[in-house]
Amino acid sequence: MAEEVKVFRSWGSPFSYRVELALRLKGVAYEYIEEDLSNKSTLLLEYNPVHKKVPVLLHHGKPIAESLVILEYIEETWQENPILPKDPRERAVARFWSRFLDDKCSLALWMSCWTEGETQQNFMEQAKECLHLLEEELKGKKFFGGDSIGMVDIAASFIAHWLGVLEEVAGISLLDEEKYPNLCKWTEEFLKSDAVMECLPKRANLLAFFQARKHAISATKASV
Amino acid sequence: MAAEEGEVRLIGAWPSPFVLRPRVALNLKWVEYEFLQEKFGEKSELLLRSNPVYKKIPVLLHHDKPVCESMIIVEYVDGAWANSGHAILPADTYERALHRFWAFYIDDKWFPSMFGIAKAETEEAKAESAEQAWAGLKLLEEAFEKLSKGKAFFGGDTIGYVDIALGSYLGWAKVIERMTGLKLFDEEKTPLLAVWAGRFCAHEAVKEVMPETEKLME
Repeated sequence: MAEEVKVFRSWGSPFSYRVELALRLKGVAYEYIEEDLSNKSTLLLEYNPVHKKVPVLLHHGKPIAESLVILEYIEETWQENPILPKDPRERAVARFWSRFLDDKCSLALWMSCWTEGETQQNFMEQAKECLHLLEEELKGKKFFGGDSIGMVDIAASFIAHWLGVLEEVAGISLLDEEKYPNLCKWTEEFLKSDAVMECLPKRANLLAFFQARKHAISATKASV
Repeated sequence: MAAEEGEVRLIGAWPSPFVLRPRVALNLKWVEYEFLQEKFGEKSELLLRSNPVYKKIPVLLHHDKPVCESMIIVEYVDGAWANSGHAILPADTYERALHRFWAFYIDDKWFPSMFGIAKAETEEAKAESAEQAWAGLKLLEEAFEKLSKGKAFFGGDTIGYVDIALGSYLGWAKVIERMTGLKLFDEEKTPLLAVWAGRFCAHEAVKEVMPETEKLME
């Protein structure tokens, strides 16, 4: 019953994308509610009063916020195509890398693309360290989850799609094929999945969005 | 449930709230473990090898295999010793999601505001951090009401995931209270949590491992 599962999302958000991807991998029908992040709906603010952010999953009318928390809930509720291993230690490892992606990696990658000068250099160094660790973790594996897409892969979708766009907008290169062959191969494999492609925002749209944002920031700086 | 010699080891340091978390979890599950106290100011070879990414404590070594990140270790302990002691995460999937949500909130948002009080260099900055910390505790008070369902802990009758996440900071909260004269777990502002704090610290799985305020202040 599609009406049981709803996702509050924003078309360009890599975080709400995670939720949609997980649902699609498990064959769960859902309805999505598009949020304008500059004008958030009353419902979103009601369902996520603490953070006021997307994504929010609504299941049987009960809201859950925080993308990684939602992924765990999806895994526990719909057993098809598991995204976490059964073994407790392997689960702990998967959770470790998912958190690593959020706590260390995302910030370094994001800030590398939006800062300049020495600050940018520092973030780029951090970003490269993060990519190196992920590269090592992928050794001998098709996906972080092994033979199939798992929670860490879902959490890393930012790298497979958004990063390239941001690199282009910022005029920098981080995901170098020579330095990170495993990660680049992983990106290719990841983007072959139907479930991945079905709800991925169009690259052209993301590019336009981030370029506009960059121009707006430059314009603000120029007028100061 | 006695573990085999050397089977379960925890690398940590007694003052750390993050280390306290797996200690409480292991106690709740009656697991015997060897505590490997790190030397202050120095990281052991074993730590650096076991947690090369962050080089931080705590690290649980179970059959010599490392598990890192405090709340991940807690969840691991819950799963690996599922048949021992009480469940740390609830059985209901929605409630599990709520416990995870609040544990994230406590670490990502609340802890920085509490720590902000200690780091503050001006009275203004201190007051601002305190306001944020109290606002956070009000949210946690509501969460407590919802999750405890009138019982003693966020986990109900027994210590649960959120209890461990928040309770582990109580030692340092007391130090900040002493240093600043501010009451964090205030009976007037958050009455349920004020009582819960005492109850958590007195629990048999906690009291031996909760660092004493005097010792932390040194």
